[in-house]
Order: sequence, then C-alpha cells, then structure tokens
Amino acid sequence: MSIEEKQSFPAYQDSNDLIYPQDEKDVSNFIKKFYKSNLPIEIIGTGSKRKIGKPLQCDKILKLSKLTGIIEYLPEELYIKVKANTSIKEIEKELKKNKQQLAFEPIDFGYLFTGESNYGTAAGQVACNISGSRRFKSGSVRDHVLGFRGVNGKGEIIKSGGNVVKNVTGYDLSKLICGSFGTLVALTEITFKVLPAAAESQTLIIHNEKMESAMFLLNSAINSSNDISGATFFPSEQTVFGCEMNIKQTFQLNDLKHEGSLTAIRIEGSKNSTEDRINNLKQELKITDFNISLLHTHQSEIFWNKIKSLEFFSSSKNSIIRIVTPPSECIKLMYQFHNKFKYYVDWGGSLIWLEAFELSEQMFESIRKKVVRFGGYMTMIKNSNYLPYVEDVFTINKDRFIISQNIKKSFDPKRILNPGKMYTGI
Amino acid sequence: MTKLIMPKVDRKLILKKEEIVRSLKKIIKAENVLDHEDQIRPFETDGLSAYKQKPLVVVFPENTKEVSKILEYCNNQKIKVVPRGAGTGLSGGALPLVDGVLLCLGKFNKILDIDYRNRCVVAQPGVTNLSITSVVQDKGFYYAPDPSSQIACSIGGNVAENSGGIHSLKYGTTTNNLLGAEVVFMDGTISRLGGKAYDSEGYDLLGLVTGSEGLLCVITEVTVKILKKPQTIKAALIGFSTINDGGKFVSEIIANGIIPAGMEMMDKALIHATDNFVKAGYPRDAESMVIIELDGTKAEVDELIERASVIAKKNKSSSIKISKNEKQRLKFWAGRKAAFPACGDMAPDYYCMDGTIPRGKLAEVLNEIGRLSKKYNLPVANAFHAGDGNLHPLIMYDANEKNSLEKTEKFGAEILKYCVKVGGVLTGEHGVGVEKRELMCEMFNNNDIQQQIKIKKSLDSSSLLNPGKVFPILRKCAEEGRMHVHRGKTKFSSIPRF
Repeated sequence: MSIEEKQSFPAYQDSNDLIYPQDEKDVSNFIKKFYKSNLPIEIIGTGSKRKIGKPLQCDKILKLSKLTGIIEYLPEELYIKVKANTSIKEIEKELKKNKQQLAFEPIDFGYLFTGESNYGTAAGQVACNISGSRRFKSGSVRDHVLGFRGVNGKGEIIKSGGNVVKNVTGYDLSKLICGSFGTLVALTEITFKVLPAAAESQTLIIHNEKMESAMFLLNSAINSSNDISGATFFPSEQTVFGCEMNIKQTFQLNDLKHEGSLTAIRIEGSKNSTEDRINNLKQELKITDFNISLLHTHQSEIFWNKIKSLEFFSSSKNSIIRIVTPPSECIKLMYQFHNKFKYYVDWGGSLIWLEAFELSEQMFESIRKKVVRFGGYMTMIKNSNYLPYVEDVFTINKDRFIISQNIKKSFDPKRILNPGKMYTGI
Repeated sequence: MTKLIMPKVDRKLILKKEEIVRSLKKIIKAENVLDHEDQIRPFETDGLSAYKQKPLVVVFPENTKEVSKILEYCNNQKIKVVPRGAGTGLSGGALPLVDGVLLCLGKFNKILDIDYRNRCVVAQPGVTNLSITSVVQDKGFYYAPDPSSQIACSIGGNVAENSGGIHSLKYGTTTNNLLGAEVVFMDGTISRLGGKAYDSEGYDLLGLVTGSEGLLCVITEVTVKILKKPQTIKAALIGFSTINDGGKFVSEIIANGIIPAGMEMMDKALIHATDNFVKAGYPRDAESMVIIELDGTKAEVDELIERASVIAKKNKSSSIKISKNEKQRLKFWAGRKAAFPACGDMAPDYYCMDGTIPRGKLAEVLNEIGRLSKKYNLPVANAFHAGDGNLHPLIMYDANEKNSLEKTEKFGAEILKYCVKVGGVLTGEHGVGVEKRELMCEMFNNNDIQQQIKIKKSLDSSSLLNPGKVFPILRKCAEEGRMHVHRGKTKFSSIPRF
C-alpha cells in the first residue's frame, strides 16, 4: 500500500506515532482513546509553525492534514467557513476571486524555517495569533475568527461563536483559542470574517531618517485621519556582528530611489482616495519630494509581502525574537538594543523583530526583563544552534499562569493536548 | 411579572444579614454599604425592568483593593455577588439576588490617563461610554463603540457585555477596541490583562472576559483604543417602498465591497414614531428606510455616496436624501437613536429583542416577525443595525393586561429561535443575562454549554459570581454537571433535552 493509499484509508496510522484522522468524529475518537490511556499527543497541521514554542516529545502525533476544504463561503455575508487544515493559500485564492481578503494579513514563517514560502493552515494561523503589518488598523487573527468547532482534551466536540460579526451569545471562546498553540482544543472547523480587499495600495517611503525621527513620522501618520494600514521602519545598514545586513538585497524594487534606512507608510483604498491621502500625508508630515519614494500598487504589495514573510531574516541561522511593546516605549527599548542586534520595527513602533547572534539564555532573559519593564512581551520565534532550547519561550507572570492553568484544566483535564508547548505545567 | 427561576436561595445568609452588613462595613466605609429597604430599592432592577428583586445588601467600593477584599470575604462565606455598572443592560445581567451582595462600581468614575502617544484612554469602569469620546474629541479623537445608551452606560458594563453600537460594522465591538483591563476574580485575585500593547501572549484572557456578563470577574479598570476622527463623514437617508427592497440594498452594498461606517434600517412604524419624536425629516411614505453613513477623505466619501445612490436606485428606492452638513447628519441619527423612547409613545410598554442574522435573510426574518405579530396579536416596530445583521424588534404591549408580558416573551423567544434557524445567533449585543438563558439550548448542545460552565468553575469554583445568568437553569438542560438517569428514566421526561 502506497503512502497516499494508506492516507486515504480510514484512520490511517503511519508507523506507531503518526495518526491521520479523516474527520472530526475521528479526531474525537482518537482523543477519547488517548484520554482514557493518559497518552499526551502533539497536534500538527502542515507543521509550518511547529518550531515555535517548546519542542514536544509526545507518544503520538495527531496530524490533521485530512481536514481540508472550504465548507461555505458567502462573500456577501463576509465570512468563510473552512475545515481547520485548509491551507491559507487556498483560502486567499478563493477570496481573491471576489476581491476579498483576510484583513489580518496571515504571516508566512516558511522563509524563516525552511527557506521557502509556507503560510501553513487556517488552524495554524489561529493557534499562533501572529498577525501582519495591518494589525494596528484591522486587528489581529483573534479579531477575525467568528466561530470554531474543535475537540477538547476529553474528546468532546465543542463549538463556539457563529457566522455573524455581532454575537455575544455565551463566552467568546474563539478569542481564547487564538494563540493557544493547540493546548486547549484540536481545531476542526473555523469561520473567518472576510473583508473587501482595497483596489489600490500605495507606499510612501521616506529615506535615510534616523530611528527617532522615523518613529515620530510613523506616529504622526497613524495619529492622522489618513487611515494608514502599514507603518514600518528598517534601519540603515549598520554593522552587527554575526548578522548579515541585507535591506538592499531584500527590497530590490525599481521605484525605490535611495539607499539607507526606510520609513514606510502604506495607504490602501480606491485610486482617488489613496492619492488624496498620500498628498495629505506629505503636507501634514512636511515631507519634501527630495528624499522619498512612492511605490504604486504592484510594488507596494511586493514590499509588504516581503515584510509579512520576514524575508529580512530569511537566510539567518541566528535566534529570531518577536517583541510587542506600547508604541511610546519603542525608542527607549531600541536604545538598549542598537548595534547589538539586527532589527526592524513594524506596527508604527509597537512590534520589533530582532535577530540575535550567539544569544545566550542570560541575554535572552535580560532582554525579556527590559521588555516587560516597558509594558510589553516577547516570544522566541526561532532558536539557533547556539541556543537550541529555551525554558520559557513565552512571557507570563504568576497570576496569569495560575489562571491559565485552570483554564487549561477546564478544556484538557489530563493535559494531553500539546502539553508544555507554551509553558511547563500547562 | 412572569416567574423567573433563580438559583436556590440560601436562607441562612438572609438570617445572617446583619452580620454580613457588619463585616462589609469593616471592609469598606460604612456609608458605602446600603442595606435599608429604601436604600436598596433603586437597585432592584436594571434596563430589563420586567424583572425586579431586591438584593441582600448593596456595596459601593472605592478602589480595587476594596473590591478584592469584598470578593474574598464573599468567597469565603459563600455569598453570591452580582456586579453592576450603570444598570442600563437590557438582558437582566445585573438583576440582584435576594441572598446576594450587589457590587456597584458607580464610584469608579474617573478617567485615569489620556495617552495620545499610545492612542488609548485608561478609565475606571464606572465612566460612561460617551465621556471617553468627550475627553479626547478636542484633539480629534473618539472611542468607536457607541451603544445607543452611550450617554448613561458605563465602560465596565460595555466590557462585560461586549457592547456594540451603530458603528461596529466598520470599527468593531468593544472586544476589538479594548487593549487592557484590571480585573478581580472571585477569590480576590487582582490581575492585569493586556495593557497598552497590542494582543497579549498566552491565553487571551482579555478576550474571554469581554462579554462574559460579570460571571468570570469584576472589571476595575479598562484601557481602550481611541481613533482619529475621519476627515469627512456623510449620511444618506434612503427610503424604499417595500421591506424586501431595503433588505436587498443592504446586502448589495456589502456585496459591492463597501463597508459603511454605519448602516441602519427601520420599518414604517418606527419611521413615523421617530419622526414624530425628533422631526428628523424621514421619508414618511416609505415602507422601510436605510440610514447609511460613509467616512474617509472627501473624495472617497463622495465616490462612495455616488456608488450607494446607484445601488439604491437599482433597488427601487423611493427617496434619497444626503446630509449637507454635520448638523443635518446628526439630525438623521437623532431619530434612530430615539427609536426606543419613540416606541414609548406608541404603547404603554415595549420589549426590545436582540438577535443577529445573516444580512441576506433580512427580508425573510422580517416577514416571519410580521407573521408572528399577527399570531400573537401584538404590534412590532423594527430597528436594525442592518449592516451587521443585528435586529432590534420592539414588541409593544400593555403590562396592565393579564399575561401580556408572558405572551410578549413567548413572541420574542420565537423571533430569536427563528434567528438561530436561519443561521444567526440569539444576541448580538445585549447579552444573554436572565432573559435568554433558557434559549441557549437553541444554539448550543450539552458539550458546548458544559465547556463554558467548566471555564466558569475554573475561575469561580463555587459559582458565586453572578449566578443564574447566561446558563439555563434546569429547564431544558442541566446547568451543573450531568443528569443522573435512573434505569433509563429521566426526571420530567416530557421536557425536551439535548
């Protein structure tokens, strides 16, 4: 029997540890079995984000790759209901036919982990809740999940939410599932809110600004009424030991006129509206045409795609850290990191991506302390060979740990779903 | 008043009332503990005034520490606690318990921080929704969720109910505009969820407690996102000669990729009632009317208004009026915002329902409401947040007539069941409270409800915080644990269960 044939066989089991349930009922039956026999399991889709979080050593792996396909897509109702393991690529392709999109900009970790694009699956995006550059305007993954179905740690099929945006019937478990890294339920079905895609995208790039003035510009742009949907800063090619600097190489675009740091502001909408708002911005920010580039739709989309696929770090073998902070604290934090790490800033100063060469656990903890002191949090997204294992990949305090532990128990009393993926003991 | 089953009363606590009051007076200032019959009467109900019940005692803590101590004391003494904000909720979420403490957050009424750099406001939960916009509007900012009770409802209550409003189609509901909160759990633990940064790591507890109707924790501080006001805002009043045409217009606007800032619809009964009330210039000959608001740059708004007008004409609109200035735009909205009081002119009492349906089912659901109106012989006026499919049928009745409330409630329940049947939900923004808890079984099965109850118990093991709300009480489905079945025979076997 070939692998494909085996995989089409009901409840195919590959070797002793890889299990491919065929449908939701199957997922439930397997988890019931593991619940009875106290066997912890790892839940994976395509595995595109599997390396985020602590590595698991479970007896069995529940691979949900059979749960694919669009169940229902009603463009005029602004939702798409998919089986959990449907690829984001397939979803976006379908949405594009109706000029719609997932407005949270699904992030592509493929380049970072394997060197080629891989957006992964719907469930993977939900489980990680890591959103693209439009976050500050349109919200995160969690703001676009209208409902879900899944199987809890006792093998019970549960659902929450619905197909409509306005819904306060019962607890909003969709939010809780987002960013839970498969530790609460094995997702089987997800309903996403979808939105019209803008006809045009324009990106205003201001060259050679220093970090301080760049942050001022980004903040002023977000605080204006020009409804901007991207605000990022790439510093000039500085020398950071052990890190390859590659802004020029990453952003090889015809309309990018100058070298040096990039302060980029995106505007999306209809043609008239984007042109209006770009002109407004130039006036309000007192920018002259001398030192700017303007990317029109085609190049603008390429530019932001490179950001959401983290191409800036694609060739790196170093540790990659994601820091989220209140925008006001960004500069203070960056003063501490300058010249030590390769970095770029997104979400107008609220999101910092760092690449660190030979990052020791001590250094990692020292960064975390600073981030927490400034009111933010951080996650180790990719470990390096130098630091292959970090005990606390995620940041949490004692109160929240206890509450989270209680919540975990309410879904998964025997801690069999991805145990320890996020925190030891959860 | 119809009979409402609430959790079993603990008579011992009622007998111990004096002792409880004494203890509470040691925890907070004596003047902030109200226990006299006359003092507590104003708190016997909330916005769902059909149900009334006096609490054992009312407390007004002044700071988070006091809230924590009160909850810790009540948890130890197994005393139930009902949190209350401004008491404007429409589903009975703040209905007191005769053996419970009513914890009022009215003294938490300060704005703590206005932070333009991080585009947020930190406020105590008793601050009204509208005050948040008021303190930032001079700099051109505003807080987006705008429930029609915004002048009175509190921001803490908004978080507890995940309130929406007219603009939630484009700008989301409370949960999408909240950055952080300080909360106190039933055992007295004070916890900060979120902050001034986007999202949070680990489980999204902030998302979980938003809309949890006071069953999981008491909110003592909130951090909300503020937005810059758009450059141009225009509204259009569009009349239609049939309800179907209005419904089709709403669907087509969305299908054409337009997301208006707000899109509201009213039927003829309400067009007349509201126009009589505020003289908003509504098209009185129309069977249905849509108010559509568009915002952005001037060029963008003009373009969108043009596109909306074309879609309106295609759907046989009978009139189109576009706001010429800000004053006129606000006048257009004044009528819609007065929909509820205007109903008061049409009948002695009205009962406001709140279901959400897929937009495409609007005409079908309205026809069904019309059919039910005839069946129950009770008139209905309809107002909807049409853009997001959120219906507010207002059933008119006379409470002095025998059994009229019961009849009205049955009518309302049938509307909500129909909403679920067409793929919608029981409540879009008012919450489940006591009002719709028995209908939860229409949407959820036993597993779904048990999972929610387990979460509740994981944070409040003795179910002391706001019990009797949200989850059904032994009518169609068991609240606590599984049913015991003896020799295959269930108790009350005639009652349908899932």
